[in-house]
Amino acid sequence: MQTQKNDNTLGLYIHIPFCKSKCYYCDFFSFAGREDIIYPYFQALKNEIESYKGILGNYKIGTVYIGGGTPSVVDANCIRELINNCRKHFNIEPGAEISIEANPGTLSFDKLATYLDTGINRLSIGMQAWQDRLLESIGRIHRSGEFIENFELARKAGFTNINVDLIFGLPGQTFDDWTETVDNVAELKPSHISCYSLKIEEGTVFGDMLGEGRLKPVEDELDRQMYHFAIDRLAGHGFRHYEISNFSKPGFECKHNLVYWEGRQYIGLGAGAHSYFNGKRYNNTYDLNNYINCAAKNQFHRENIEEIDINGQISEYIILGLRLIRGVDVDKFKMKFETDVFDLFGKQIDRLISRGLIEFNERTLRLTKLGLDLANQVFIEFL
Amino acid sequence: MASERQKKTRNFCIIAHIDHGKSTLADRLIEKTGVLTEREMAEQVLDNMDIERERGITIKAQAVRMIYNANDGKEYIFNLIDTPGHVDFNYEVSRSLAACEGAILVVDASQGIEAQTLANVYLALEHDLEIVPVINKIDLPGAQPEHVKKEIEDVIGLDASDAPLISAKNSINIEEVLESIVKKIPNPEGDEDAPLRALIFDSYYDNYKGVIVHVRVKEGSVKPGDVIRMMNTRKEFLVTEVGYFRPGALAPCDKLYAGDVGYIAASIKNVKDTRVGDTITLADNPAAEPLPGYRKVNPMVFCGIYPADGAKYEDLRDALEKLQLNDASLVFEPETSAALGFGFRCGFLGLLHMDVIQERLEREYDLDLVTTAPSVVYRITKTDGEVKYVDNPTNMPPVNVIDKMEEPMVKATIMTPTDYVGNIMELSQERRGIFKDMTYIDEKRVILTYELPLNEIIYDFFDALKSRTKGYASLDYEFIGYKESDLVKLDILINGEIVDALSFIVHREKAYPRARKIAEKLKETIPRQQFEIPIQACIGGKIIARETVKAYRKDVLAKCYGGDITRKKKLLEKQKEGKKRMRQIGTVEVPQEAFMSVLKLDV
Repeated sequence: MQTQKNDNTLGLYIHIPFCKSKCYYCDFFSFAGREDIIYPYFQALKNEIESYKGILGNYKIGTVYIGGGTPSVVDANCIRELINNCRKHFNIEPGAEISIEANPGTLSFDKLATYLDTGINRLSIGMQAWQDRLLESIGRIHRSGEFIENFELARKAGFTNINVDLIFGLPGQTFDDWTETVDNVAELKPSHISCYSLKIEEGTVFGDMLGEGRLKPVEDELDRQMYHFAIDRLAGHGFRHYEISNFSKPGFECKHNLVYWEGRQYIGLGAGAHSYFNGKRYNNTYDLNNYINCAAKNQFHRENIEEIDINGQISEYIILGLRLIRGVDVDKFKMKFETDVFDLFGKQIDRLISRGLIEFNERTLRLTKLGLDLANQVFIEFL
Repeated sequence: MASERQKKTRNFCIIAHIDHGKSTLADRLIEKTGVLTEREMAEQVLDNMDIERERGITIKAQAVRMIYNANDGKEYIFNLIDTPGHVDFNYEVSRSLAACEGAILVVDASQGIEAQTLANVYLALEHDLEIVPVINKIDLPGAQPEHVKKEIEDVIGLDASDAPLISAKNSINIEEVLESIVKKIPNPEGDEDAPLRALIFDSYYDNYKGVIVHVRVKEGSVKPGDVIRMMNTRKEFLVTEVGYFRPGALAPCDKLYAGDVGYIAASIKNVKDTRVGDTITLADNPAAEPLPGYRKVNPMVFCGIYPADGAKYEDLRDALEKLQLNDASLVFEPETSAALGFGFRCGFLGLLHMDVIQERLEREYDLDLVTTAPSVVYRITKTDGEVKYVDNPTNMPPVNVIDKMEEPMVKATIMTPTDYVGNIMELSQERRGIFKDMTYIDEKRVILTYELPLNEIIYDFFDALKSRTKGYASLDYEFIGYKESDLVKLDILINGEIVDALSFIVHREKAYPRARKIAEKLKETIPRQQFEIPIQACIGGKIIARETVKAYRKDVLAKCYGGDITRKKKLLEKQKEGKKRMRQIGTVEVPQEAFMSVLKLDV
């Protein structure tokens, strides 16, 4: 089956693994204090873009996402050149969504103007929490004042599509801290808000602290209380809950992230970036020096190449599709995979419905309110 | 009168407390007599099971023949029969001892005599063996050879004045041991022309030759072509091969004579036909009387063993049957549990034996097992006078038809530095022990004797003893009989349903603390599920402990973007795998560890 047959649009992800400092919860592939290799890294990106030249000729790029790390820490001219290179070698659609991630305290009016000038039209700001004591306790370098300044600056520069990232369930965060955060951010009227439940990962400062018993994770009960508060309160502010952790004003859903959740193809550039292309998922090397050195010789090593067979595609389609609040349309499923989802998972679906985790309405499977809290229990049934 | 051949033969074993260097000494003897080249010597030749090497214990008796050129210019044949060092395997020890005339007693120069040393010495004395003490590890700091010699003389009553002072590990004074074997251990005797009487001390199944029967020929001789008869089972077989043991290999020879240790192969298909302790004679010239056998060993500890995957039931049966071929002390019969499905009730000599069998099943047969907590065998007299032995708590008759319940008791010998006497007394008291005796070995060490219920020992007694004595105390125990006791059956309910595999029998006074501990433990082991799960412990319908596993509130991955999909999918797959491995009890998923968790409670 050629599920990707008519899909000649790609998402493009570009990874910028540099940060001013590493936050305590962060398990992303990023480094602080490696400013020395920023320029060689962008040279490597340039080479990687060129390496795709012949391969992506027939594809259109519908979305570009410059993520990190903190892409806003590097010189805006690097970003300009990066986008120019992309335009030179790829078919970036007119009106494509082009996002960049930024942290408060790293933005200036000129930088923002340069971004807009290159065609970047979406800004994602990592605010995480409103209270300075919490920001400090999670290793953020900014304070809420800087966030407000940068947010206003972005507006002034001309950004109309701004996302704000928030985290709840932080150690020491009270319910009131969270309501204050949500309300204050909503009042700034960004077009998009992401609310992530904190996950303490191994290999992070928090992970170590947890292991040493120096960190007390919040109770699940409080975490869920915060989550459902956000859903309700943001709805009141006109935000639509469209993915487990994502909210937007109508029409401002992140198109790039929808590529992932809808099981469409994407190309990742840069060290540690992942791609899903021609039925295969793979990633670039996580070794920064290796990435730079090989790129200089026009060598790009793909790791963990995984062919996603039809069963894998179906699993991912359902699992990722159920992350979306709109759910999985069983008729669309049938059109795409030429098979009935109930023939494949009838028993599982019945059981999940009886457990109150999913519902089936208007030919669509969706997570229930309880299902949003226990989504993994749903997902494992479709593996 | 001994034959020339017998005069030059020495049959002996090595006895020691665990870790005192028995297997290392065996290796040195083998090396020094040149049976193997150094290249062929893997460390500890005689412990050839992985588990034996890893744990530093000997489980199966092994035999090996060596040729030694003694200082008197003569060539001697040494038959060394290695013996297990652990209390659980006493039966193996006594089998091996019956094939020997002497025993080398290895004592660690810094540790001195331990409980197991004494137990083994008494066994050897019962078999009239000549005991040759050897002091090992003399090169270690803390070695007190003179003190240990005195200990051997005072506690055991053996003359240790000229005991070789050796280091098996570093090959110091091994020649002295070899000479002592020649000089001190008596040669075998027995009329080579009398009707054959050969004692079976072990056997194992070989795919090509059939059962390899390990024998000590006491009288007469045997050769290929003879028809042998098992005096007990009356079965007859045509001998195809006889020979002796090289390390890890068989060396065929023409004939075995009185005084020899060797093997007989006779195309025997079933190990059960060659009962250890039976006497082999010749069909056409049978001996009048069999040799004295061994007392039959009865399993003391039982537990349920179930395949984690129900489809592996037949594989588990095959594996148990194969293990039983070489370990007649393992018994098993099919049983069914509502919670665990189809499995086997298995009987073992003790906890270590149980551990070893479980580990071998998992490792050598690649089986994933769920085991229930071990139980001893209770003797129950019903009101109608019927006496029942119950090795599975589920089979306990209703309380109203029970007239009397008895539990197995053991005599426990604990050797310890005096510093820990208080701790041990406290532990023994907690475990319902009755103090019997305390003897000073010297001013620093004592032997404590307690009468203890076996069911207290199988609940983590070893570990508790070790932790309360910083590992210095050693323990040996023997079954002494049954004793009436106030016992109750404790049932565990998960979400309102009795889980048969978790029931156990316990002394009434211990029921409350243990019930609480078990409920707590289960609460830790059972993961949160979508609903609240009550865990209750009850005696005859009366709930005596309760815990609740709270419902989970959150099980969701907050982030899933392009770079996360592969990793998150793996996490979900792992989660699904974990769920699959759980046992469904009603609507509750119970992890397999839960069934074993009741083991480690220390109450």
